[in-house]
Amino acid sequence: MLFRDLQIAFRQRAEIMLPVIFFVVVVSLFPLAISPDPDVLRSIGPGVIWVAALLSILLSLQSLFRSDFNDGSMEQILLSPYPGSLLMLARIVAQWCVTGLPLIIISPLLGLLLHLETHVNWILFISLLLGVPYLNMVGAIGVALTIGLRQAGALLSLLVLPLYVPVLIFGSNAVISAANDLPYNGQLLWLAALLVMATTLSPFVISSALRVSCSYR
Amino acid sequence: MSEQNKTWLWFHRMGSPAYFYNFAGLLLPWCVIATVILMLIGLIGGLVYAPADYQQGEGFRIIYVHVPSAWMSMFVYMVMAINGAIFLIWHIKLSDIIARSSAVIGASFTFLALATGSIWGKPMWGTWWVWDARLTSELLLLFLYLGYIGLRAAIDDRRVAGKAASILALVGVINIPIIHYSVVWWNTLHQPASISKFDNPSIHIDMLIPLLCMALAFKLFYLCILLINSRSELLEQEKRTQWVKELVTSS
Repeated sequence: MLFRDLQIAFRQRAEIMLPVIFFVVVVSLFPLAISPDPDVLRSIGPGVIWVAALLSILLSLQSLFRSDFNDGSMEQILLSPYPGSLLMLARIVAQWCVTGLPLIIISPLLGLLLHLETHVNWILFISLLLGVPYLNMVGAIGVALTIGLRQAGALLSLLVLPLYVPVLIFGSNAVISAANDLPYNGQLLWLAALLVMATTLSPFVISSALRVSCSYR
Repeated sequence: MSEQNKTWLWFHRMGSPAYFYNFAGLLLPWCVIATVILMLIGLIGGLVYAPADYQQGEGFRIIYVHVPSAWMSMFVYMVMAINGAIFLIWHIKLSDIIARSSAVIGASFTFLALATGSIWGKPMWGTWWVWDARLTSELLLLFLYLGYIGLRAAIDDRRVAGKAASILALVGVINIPIIHYSVVWWNTLHQPASISKFDNPSIHIDMLIPLLCMALAFKLFYLCILLINSRSELLEQEKRTQWVKELVTSS
């Protein structure tokens, strides 16, 4: 399942690149809008990168279950003898590989553009590594609930963004603390804890939400 | 029949729409009367008899609306989520109706808490809005309510809408404490000199009694609105059943 999803995803390279490009463009808008001054950029940098990552994940979520839902293979997946939650987990991991991972890999580069120091950049990288999968999983819950609806996009952001707040706070806070030479382990551990919780709970929620959505058609 | 069986019987009978409709109709007048009495006691006690605060003067009296509505905003969400869970597990339609009727009331309480809070904040803090932990988490709670209502409104089929919204409410319940504590922590890291709500931890007994009256009155008020709402929702949902037809033809 994981390999199938990855294969399908890699056949549409443009779609993979889109969230990453969006991420880069959004981040590069901030120096233009606020100020190219290195001190200013250093202080807003972590927040900007985190918000941009969050938005580009939100953007990429839309396609998560769309094609399977439209051509009816979602029902087949849910009817298959394997547990639906496990299959959903595989799907989200695949999604993360093609959208989250490139974004995380490119983030230190953007950190450089925003004049973050090297060790701060590392913390940014680690915090995104821990936080972005959470964004994928919790976002997938929202997608599973709204799929098949008419105004899915706006509703999806309304459902999902309040749930993203903790990760946003802990993630950007860890980086800011690191920049100010304060301890940042606590925030990173929180991110890890949230990730573990999302990994264990969200697949079940997603598969039951998809069952509800499929029954609707 | 043993005591436990009786309780279960009662529980099952409450799940029947016709029985609940009549029961709610009987309960409603008493609820309204109790709400009015308690609210009068609370308002008169709070607005007339309670001493003015030594620092905030007369302005503090808004807490008689603000604090109960803030309490209710969280209480209603819990009611909504618990009923959502009951609906998902046992498929009791009545729970879904209660959850559905609660959502708008809860959102209104949340909005009321935010509005009164900022009206109070203007003279006391000198600003309409502070990114304080409590304010922020209340705002996020409002967003959760709005998402819940939006999701329900977007799905035409009521039964499916109920299921989807219940799942969302349960996800929200898991997240509320996390959101709350993350916001608290974020705030304490950013603004060490935060303004605490009550300058003295214990509150004068003359202020406390009206406050508790108001809290109880708000709870009963919620019950009143809930009963009215769910009665009308019930009629709409069960409009093709025998008991509703009998009810309509007899009246």
